[in-house]
Amino acid sequence: MRISVTVDGKTHSAEDVWAGESLLRLLRDRWGLTGVKNACEQGECGSCTVRLDGVLVNACLVPAMQADDREVGTVAGLGAAGDGPGLHPVQRAFLEAGAVQCGFCSPGMVMAAEDLLRRIPDPTEAEVRAELAGNLCRCTGYQAIVDAVRSAAGGDRDRAKGDRAKGDCAKGDRAGEGRLS
Amino acid sequence: MNDVIGGSPRRADGAAKISGVFEYSSDLVCDGMVWAATLRSPHAHARILAIDTEPARKLAGVRDVITHEDIPGRKLYGQMMVDQPVLAGDVVRYHGEPVAVVAAEDPETARLAAELIRVDYEVLTPVTDPVAATAPDSPAVHPGGNVLARKVIRRGSAQNGEFPQAAVVVRGEYTVGMQDHVFLGTESGLAVPDGDGGVRLHVATQWPHVDQEQVAASLGLDSDQVVVSMAGVGGAFGGREDLSVHIPACLIALRLGRPVKMVYSRTESFFGHVHRHPAVLRYEHGADPDGRLVYVKAEIFLDGGAYASSSPAIAGNAATHAVGPYAVPHVHAEAVAVYTNNPPCGAMRGFGTVQPCFGFESQMDRLAEAVGIDPVEIRLRNALSEGGSLPTGQVLDSAAPVAELLTRLRALPVPERTSDDPAIVRGVGYASCLKNAMFSEGFDDHSTANVRLRVVGGAPVATVTSAAAEVGQGVLGVKRQIVRTELGVAEVEVVGADTRFPSAGPASASRQTYMVGGAVRAACLEVREEVFALARARLGGSLAEHRDLAEHWDLAEDSVVDAAGEPLIGLAELLGETVIDRTSRFHHRTTEPLDPVNGQGDSAVTFGFAAHRAVVDVDLELGLVQVVELAIAQDVGRAVNPLALRGQLAGGTVQGVGLALMEELQVADGQVLNPSLSGYLIPTMADVPSVNVDLLELADPHAPYGIRGIGELPAISSTAAVAAAVRAATGRAVSRVPIRPEDLVDFS
Ligand code: FES
Ligand code: FES
Repeated sequence: MRISVTVDGKTHSAEDVWAGESLLRLLRDRWGLTGVKNACEQGECGSCTVRLDGVLVNACLVPAMQADDREVGTVAGLGAAGDGPGLHPVQRAFLEAGAVQCGFCSPGMVMAAEDLLRRIPDPTEAEVRAELAGNLCRCTGYQAIVDAVRSAAGGDRDRAKGDRAKGDCAKGDRAGEGRLS
Repeated sequence: MNDVIGGSPRRADGAAKISGVFEYSSDLVCDGMVWAATLRSPHAHARILAIDTEPARKLAGVRDVITHEDIPGRKLYGQMMVDQPVLAGDVVRYHGEPVAVVAAEDPETARLAAELIRVDYEVLTPVTDPVAATAPDSPAVHPGGNVLARKVIRRGSAQNGEFPQAAVVVRGEYTVGMQDHVFLGTESGLAVPDGDGGVRLHVATQWPHVDQEQVAASLGLDSDQVVVSMAGVGGAFGGREDLSVHIPACLIALRLGRPVKMVYSRTESFFGHVHRHPAVLRYEHGADPDGRLVYVKAEIFLDGGAYASSSPAIAGNAATHAVGPYAVPHVHAEAVAVYTNNPPCGAMRGFGTVQPCFGFESQMDRLAEAVGIDPVEIRLRNALSEGGSLPTGQVLDSAAPVAELLTRLRALPVPERTSDDPAIVRGVGYASCLKNAMFSEGFDDHSTANVRLRVVGGAPVATVTSAAAEVGQGVLGVKRQIVRTELGVAEVEVVGADTRFPSAGPASASRQTYMVGGAVRAACLEVREEVFALARARLGGSLAEHRDLAEHWDLAEDSVVDAAGEPLIGLAELLGETVIDRTSRFHHRTTEPLDPVNGQGDSAVTFGFAAHRAVVDVDLELGLVQVVELAIAQDVGRAVNPLALRGQLAGGTVQGVGLALMEELQVADGQVLNPSLSGYLIPTMADVPSVNVDLLELADPHAPYGIRGIGELPAISSTAAVAAAVRAATGRAVSRVPIRPEDLVDFS
């Protein structure tokens, strides 16, 4: 079957999608949209969290065919959505709070946090912990993530917006050397 | 400046990670690549009678199938003992052992084809009990017998096999389950043939240089024909010290002349790396009537599983850390690592010290009860301090603030109970630990870094290059902070290196900030000297007064400055076309192997100290434990990046809570029962409370910047603290972790 999906505003299509293929495989392996992470393919970790027509889902549990003609939002589209070209305030809050270590959970965690703040604009710590419990992180002990979500909810948005340009994204930083040159 | 040592700059790779553009090893792609998948043994112990790969080869899209016969070089690998087959040949020794690898045009075909391979097994009885496996008449997993390492420490009268009388004696046997790292990024890599008979492997690893040696040996190549590059790492915690995808991916790439990608599924990841050793610990503590320790006897069995991995060093750590951060005049401690047909066990955060910590801390609680004093008081009475000595005889020659850490924790308020349900009981528990950092027992550990200083576009730029593995701990940022601190240059580039650059050593043993930091600093100091030499030559007589002050010169804000911080000359002007380029290799101070008879010797470079307090509520009807509050106090020597450091301490603490309450890879008759995230549970955000982090900074005078290795300590005493809290709440012995409901409630 042929399907097409709009991901972060751009339309992608695929031929010969097989019955058991997940939206996650479609995004990552067919379209190279590797901002969506795969840590379990069992719906247990939340690394693959995306929005499907605005609803938060685990992409590994969604059959690719169900995404036909629908819209998917990933972390790669988050910053651009209504917030200028830079990082989304939730992403910035994660950076400021030290909520990123290995970062493997971060794309899914940020998606879930952003969704939470839409629903509950100023969550308590207990609410953050209950609502984001479907997203596993093995590095941070969650403390900094909870702090980040609450700070994104609170008054830190403006401060976070200001200094994006200072970015610590090192030139020549090549641990994770990435695509072959 | 926030980006020097002691500041908390944001992560160097943080923006890329948070926006999804950072490439982990599983994200790498290359034109023309094939995908490889592994066939693993369904049996814990079996003789391989025949392997028929034809059904796999016939499947459309399959490009290659390899078995043990196809390994051109050394068929075994291993970091410390070369005993692990790349692919099993005549016999399989654990459930999940790799037997064959298939490469195909897409991952589904590769997995499907692997399942089509027919292997005839003669199933054998597995050896699964590590204590029974040490008996002389036990069937042997390897020809040399089942004791793969035995480390003995004898101190005081224990050297003669004697122990003084003690007024109070407590004994206990403790059990620790098999914990898994569960790093979120599963094992993965991409091998690319170089066209000249060599191969380049992009892989998530903790030490590319040691991977390189092992891969080359099995491929039958010279080391320089194999280049190992760090790919983005999604967590490590010790689980990436051993090889996984490395050799098969490289071998198939060479055979096909095509790039090969391998990514483990989560289930395969549980089979594809070593775990934390399950342990049985038998302890006897003797004390005087006031609870001061007189002697400790400890017997520790570590289930090493089917292959050695780093078990010998882990047994060494278990023995040397067997009594914890307490002063004990007479010690007999013995740690035995045993071969069984269980999954292989190896390095995991804490490296042989987590298991004894649960044992000795449980004993301290028992002793407190027997003496009739408070659990903190018993620890304070026995706490080691600077100048004290360990069971190895090694004297602690820098701060050892065990008492202070515990006292700080005790001073924290205990949160109010919120439930008046009598079935919910509250308990508070304490535990403390010490941990060696860097490599011990005489290993010559070193790290190399290069620092270049030059002018680009009118401004000085420093570039630091090293092969240090960034596994999430933040070493990239540490390197930059050090360069900014030493060279006062605003623009610092941090460049990762592959195995064509000298080794930085591994991201393990809590060593990297110390060792890589030491190397970067040493290179910076040479660059500084050269800058000052240039400045002296340039400024000459016109600033003669400054010449006398040369040793007081510094570098700051892109300039050479005098003692008062006044700029003497800008670096851009001073350097002009000159490029200063220095490579430095840093060694830590030497250590000794332990005496094989009595285990005496200065075997460790340095120690860190931590303590935890846990507050729990236990439901006495359901046997469920809710952790209400966690606190850690740790001496970090010097906080290079306090924000990142707090994150490490919180993260390690929660891993330890996982071992206390829920994490266990269950193995029965050698079969792994729960290799999935639905069967093996790690703490979620809802399972743990906030972590109160208290940093003590007592600089280690022997260390670069006074830093102590910090990464492992938070994962050591947290397990024991939670167990102590449950013990305090319930009055139960709590002699096994993870704690199960049936340990707390009689369900019969
Ligand atoms: S990868 Fe989808 S939930 Fe884990
Ligand atoms: S930062 Fe590593 S899994 Fe969350």
